[in-house]
Amino acid sequence: MDFEQAELETLARPDAVGEPAGANTADSTRPAERTIYVASQWRLMWWKFKRHRLAMIGGVIVILLYLIAIFAEFLAPADPSKVQSTYTYAPPQLLHVVDTRDGWDWGLFVYGYTSKIDQATLSRTYVIDETKKIPVGLFVKGPEYKLFGVIPWDRHLIGPKDPTQPMYLLGADRLGQDLLSRLIHGTRVSMSIGLIGVFISLILGLILGGISGYFGGTIDTVIQRVIEFVRSVPTIPLWMGLAASLPKTWSPLQVYFGITLILSIIGWTGLARVVRGRFLSLREEEFVTAARLDGSSEMRIIGRHMMPSFFSHIIASLTLAIPATILAETTLSFLGLGLRSPINSWGVLLEEAQNIRSISQAPWLLLPGGLVVIAVLALNFLGDGLRDAADPYST
Amino acid sequence: MARFILRRVLLMIPTLIAISIVTFIIIQLPPGDFLTSLASALSSQGETVNQEALDALRRQYGLGQPIWQQYLIWMRNILFHWDFGDSFEYNRPVSDLIGNRMLVTIGISVGSLLVTWAIAFPLGIFSAVRKYSKADYVLTFLSFLGLAIPEFMLALVLLYVSSRYFGQSVGGLFSPEYVDAAWSLGKFADLLSHLWIPVLIIGATHTAGLVRIMRANLLDELNRPYVVTARAKGLEERKLLMKYPVRLALNPFVSTAGWTLPGIVSGEAVVAIVLSLPTIGPLLLQSLRSQDMYLAGSIILLTSVLTVIGTLLSDILLAWLDPRIRHL
Repeated sequence: MDFEQAELETLARPDAVGEPAGANTADSTRPAERTIYVASQWRLMWWKFKRHRLAMIGGVIVILLYLIAIFAEFLAPADPSKVQSTYTYAPPQLLHVVDTRDGWDWGLFVYGYTSKIDQATLSRTYVIDETKKIPVGLFVKGPEYKLFGVIPWDRHLIGPKDPTQPMYLLGADRLGQDLLSRLIHGTRVSMSIGLIGVFISLILGLILGGISGYFGGTIDTVIQRVIEFVRSVPTIPLWMGLAASLPKTWSPLQVYFGITLILSIIGWTGLARVVRGRFLSLREEEFVTAARLDGSSEMRIIGRHMMPSFFSHIIASLTLAIPATILAETTLSFLGLGLRSPINSWGVLLEEAQNIRSISQAPWLLLPGGLVVIAVLALNFLGDGLRDAADPYST
Repeated sequence: MARFILRRVLLMIPTLIAISIVTFIIIQLPPGDFLTSLASALSSQGETVNQEALDALRRQYGLGQPIWQQYLIWMRNILFHWDFGDSFEYNRPVSDLIGNRMLVTIGISVGSLLVTWAIAFPLGIFSAVRKYSKADYVLTFLSFLGLAIPEFMLALVLLYVSSRYFGQSVGGLFSPEYVDAAWSLGKFADLLSHLWIPVLIIGATHTAGLVRIMRANLLDELNRPYVVTARAKGLEERKLLMKYPVRLALNPFVSTAGWTLPGIVSGEAVVAIVLSLPTIGPLLLQSLRSQDMYLAGSIILLTSVLTVIGTLLSDILLAWLDPRIRHL
């Protein structure tokens, strides 16, 4: 009797359950056995996560991307919407550290441009001119901005010492805007749309998936039907239809939230499935039964006993849902139905690269696509590692 | 089996109704109705707007009546007269415009699905049998890469590479000399030489997920006691693998077709826009831009319905493969 009582108590506390059973003593990479027995669930997860090397790399990249998103104004050398018709499609400049033409002259610099007129098509193209030298500095004064929207500042991490000189480290687009600056500001929009979109999906998924899994019965059947319906429809045509119906008069910010909402209306089903599955399996667990027998209220059972044991799974699924949202936004904006200039997002930037003529003239316009791939890869690896770590007791 | 099919077909009906309602909402979303768009399109072309003709159309589509009645009229026209409404931009019935393009879309989608399976099947088996080998890591990385690259990006890069290094366009379905030519062996060969590019692009991006599924399923099966028993009895490794574990691992493979197909149809629409293929993708984009809503709505409706039917077919295939499913 005493033993059973003790077991029930342990079962009622999911934080404490399972360490002895789950500890893998044969594995030499783990810390000493003693530490495993007393380690908390979160610590075990961290140990497991650390062993997944790709996930660690992914995690670092994701953190870097969000840092870029936060400090976009400081990191971008120029104002992303500044149009300079004198430098349309200017090719990328190479950043030089030392000038060796005349001894060893240390200091950052780039070469300037000269324009060349193509006699056949009469179009103006720009080529790097090695006779012009534009000194580049760190923490230089540039266009003014407000850091975090409040602190007025004018310093930029990198930029030409003379702000009137051109510096296009990643080239310029059709309007002579700096691609690097647009890319940095686009990182903010694309990464945040992933985060906000997934957050809305999470709320929908938690509510609907939770109701579905916890109560079961007819309401479960209805919600499952809805999920199946949403999943059986090809998403892109549906997204296109919904996105195209956003009023043309909306401000950029309204469009941003409109698109985010549309993406999450269709994206919540995956999360709802995870939540429901977890609820279904946990509902039958002994520690939940024990809590119910102890007279805990439904809300307390869900919040105190069930949530902690599937919280980690939710985080993992969330991380895996972000890249899907980013890809969807990119595709919609690429087709011209999502975000529009003056908002910069990776998809908006790629819209410039839509036809073969602009790609062959300015292949660097495809660079935002590379960043999309890197971000999605990093998030997928991170999510994969988190999913493995979410269940630290399995081998 | 017949009971299973009947049950699945009956279950499909609510889904189809839901699709039609969502589509109808999308058609209704832009401000103004079909006739105001038509009238403004006509007057912008300098034609006089015939009030009588407009009134006749208004009656035909039930405009001005309650919204649910308009929906019923729209459905009745589609179901009994195969009339999807008119496209005001082309000034032609929608059904004329979509017919041929729909066939190409179906062809490319089914082709892509088959290619996806054909690539994912051997790669998944290989990856599972050679678990944690170098080749497995390379395949794993490639499949993650495939999941990370948007289809349109792959199409763009291919477009750039082929025009830059091979001086050849990959867009369209036919070379210029065959576009208006009558069907011949040459034209068919030309079609195939253009078709493999979109099929490969769409296939490549969806193969990735399937390889992962196949690998995970097969790994589960390979640890089962019956495999050990068969091996202990001296069954040839190749025969052992193909005859039992692969067959069992194949089931979830087919059952995911229900998710793969919507993805492929979505991908087809985007790739077709980049490569300017004469499928419904570019037509949908164009109609949405000009708010030609009956055309756009019909395309969304038909692609969704066809996807649901495709999923049904794959379910029936699954039930035929695995009798246990029929009783679920």
